[in-house]
Amino acid sequence: MISVSVQREPFDVAAEMARLKAHRSDIGALVTFTGLVRDVATLTLEHYPAMSLAEINRLAREAEARFNIIGGTIIHRFGTLATSEDIVLVAITSRHREPAFQAASFLMDWLKTKAPFWKQEANGAWVMAKDEDAVAGEKWGV
Amino acid sequence: MTMQLLYFAWVRERIGLAEEIFALPDTVKTVAALLDHLAARGDGYAAALDDRAAIRVAVNQAHVAETFVLGPQDEVAIFPPVTGG
Repeated sequence: MISVSVQREPFDVAAEMARLKAHRSDIGALVTFTGLVRDVATLTLEHYPAMSLAEINRLAREAEARFNIIGGTIIHRFGTLATSEDIVLVAITSRHREPAFQAASFLMDWLKTKAPFWKQEANGAWVMAKDEDAVAGEKWGV
Repeated sequence: MTMQLLYFAWVRERIGLAEEIFALPDTVKTVAALLDHLAARGDGYAAALDDRAAIRVAVNQAHVAETFVLGPQDEVAIFPPVTGG
């Protein structure tokens, strides 16, 4: 079961990893991806509160159905974040590494094209969606 | 019987509203027709909705295509392509 959180507060990657491993002996692989603010002093993430959590949960259920994974955590932040701050965490556990890598990649590709978040720079400019992200999302045949 | 319209990111900025109540006219059946109807209001609406390829729509918190048929009490969100992750 992948747990999902949409939050303003920072997250602690090590604490999330420890939580996923706690009281289990069947986990052989733990893949984590952390997305960071880069290149700009600050970035503000707007989201659609009624949809963002529900949409990420939908993606999580899809990943569980597709890949032989044990569990995981997805955390997506909103609000104003400074450079090098964490934006998103995808952490997936499985017995062997390949399903965890695959599920994490699938979830990030899908988050990029489905989760209702929008990034705005401090000067007011909105970050443009990248065509390559749409292509990456489509390769999973959704 | 009214629907709730929600706007996000630069769609919200150009229209100048985050949300509004909207009475769905009988002639407006689909998402595409709704976007045409709103764009015809001119000014900020036209500026926000002119480039239809850059517009995405969710109905009742789920992504839909422009052919989606609307109901009178739907929550319709209109926004640019998402940039999360």
